[in-house]
Amino acid sequence: MYDFTGLIQGINKWLHSILPAVAADVVGWILIAAAFLGLFAILGLVLVLAERKIAAFFQLRLGPNRIGPWGIFQTVADAIKLLLKEPVGTNRADSFLYNLAPYFVIIAALMSMSVLPFAKGLHAYDIDIGVFFVIAMSSLGVMGILLGGWASNNKYALLGAMRSGAQMISYELSVGLSILTIVLLSGSLRMSDIVASQSDYWFIFKGHIPAWIAFMIFIIAGTAETNRTPFDLTEAESELGAGFHTEYSGLKFAFFFLSEFVNMFIIAAMGAILFFGGWMPLHIGGWDGFNHVMDFIPPIFWFFGKVSFLIFLIMWFRWTFPRLRIDQLLTLEWKYLLPMNLANILLMAFIVLMGWHL
Amino acid sequence: MSYFGDIGKGIKTLLSGMKVTGKYFLNARKEIITQQYPENRDTLEMFERFRGEVVMPHDENNEHRCTGCQACEIACPNGSIEIVWDRKVDEETGKKKKYIVNHIYHLSMCTMCNLCIVACPTDAIKMAKKFENAVFDRTALTKVLNKPGSKLMDGVEE
Repeated sequence: MYDFTGLIQGINKWLHSILPAVAADVVGWILIAAAFLGLFAILGLVLVLAERKIAAFFQLRLGPNRIGPWGIFQTVADAIKLLLKEPVGTNRADSFLYNLAPYFVIIAALMSMSVLPFAKGLHAYDIDIGVFFVIAMSSLGVMGILLGGWASNNKYALLGAMRSGAQMISYELSVGLSILTIVLLSGSLRMSDIVASQSDYWFIFKGHIPAWIAFMIFIIAGTAETNRTPFDLTEAESELGAGFHTEYSGLKFAFFFLSEFVNMFIIAAMGAILFFGGWMPLHIGGWDGFNHVMDFIPPIFWFFGKVSFLIFLIMWFRWTFPRLRIDQLLTLEWKYLLPMNLANILLMAFIVLMGWHL
Repeated sequence: MSYFGDIGKGIKTLLSGMKVTGKYFLNARKEIITQQYPENRDTLEMFERFRGEVVMPHDENNEHRCTGCQACEIACPNGSIEIVWDRKVDEETGKKKKYIVNHIYHLSMCTMCNLCIVACPTDAIKMAKKFENAVFDRTALTKVLNKPGSKLMDGVEE
């Protein structure tokens, strides 16, 4: 039920029937790229609006409410404004690297989005090292931030970029190790296998306490990976102006801004896939009637529901916790999260070895 | 063993912080503090101690309480108040007495510091709650506070 495989194959067959083989493939790729770019833009608009509305409710305000009903077109208006804005740059910036940096960030975000399974059969690139690919791509994103900070020829931008480098290199470890804890359970790095092996219990229930610890570490380190408050030292408005994107304006600033939100979506989607079963409905092993009822809700709703819950959690962090100092940030990672993570992996390996998981 | 204690304490404090903000989020609908300004213009009431501009209240007989003592003009740090005054013979006592011709107030120079109100011995002027003071011509910001034809209220000087 609700399987997209037939639809996708149907489109593929239809393209092959009306076009020569090479042209059909190229058109297929273009269609996929257009779909991802569209999703990228929609995600940016929706998430920025959601962030502003949720922020407003946390602070007992109304939030944007002038453009459209309940202000739903606010971000569209903002996007148009950013598109029409004059790009202002610094005089002595390294113009090649300065212009390249936003593309690094946005391409890294798009590439890691390409391996996510959105529903059964709705999966652009089911690579057998999918999880590893996402980790690799998300660490490529920091290149853009470092380049942007360096090439801007501005001390605040450079400071922000350097902080970002230190932060990313540290927290990459925690994200990787907490993902590894779950990979121990699934025994595969392929996204579709990970989702399929959660068809009886989600991994967060399957792995008992180690899975919960891994989830906690993942969501903390993931917040740090996306440079969001309380880990937004790279931007740190009160200290650095705007950090690495101080010198960017107009569309290039919009790219940085958009990719921050899309990165948040990717982290939330990875959390949903690894811990909450991705598009897999809530299944409990042996309860066939219950599982059957749950199957009526389409997988794409399950996926986006879980993702929006995790995004809400990350936004909740943002409007609760104050920003960490750089030494506190590194202490948290190297003294607390990393040792906990290593011990947690051992515990999980032992549980998997003894077959104690559900 | 304070290492593990710190972890536990950290998690506890993080959760209690999230509980507080979560409560605010859930009750946001009930206690939103934003005022939707142009829409609520008719019902909008500024708070009690708001200082918008200096006014001189007049009663129903077009009488004010200003004796023309110029205490407010002296108290004003930036010269927002100018008092044009004259003397005339009082009919009862036959003495010459000071009265105000124009109490001129420059809103454009006023910082709403309230010193003139404090200085006034007869409570003739007070701060109003009006805040929509923008005009297209700055001469409109120079105001004469006493109304034309007004005179001093009886019994103020005793």
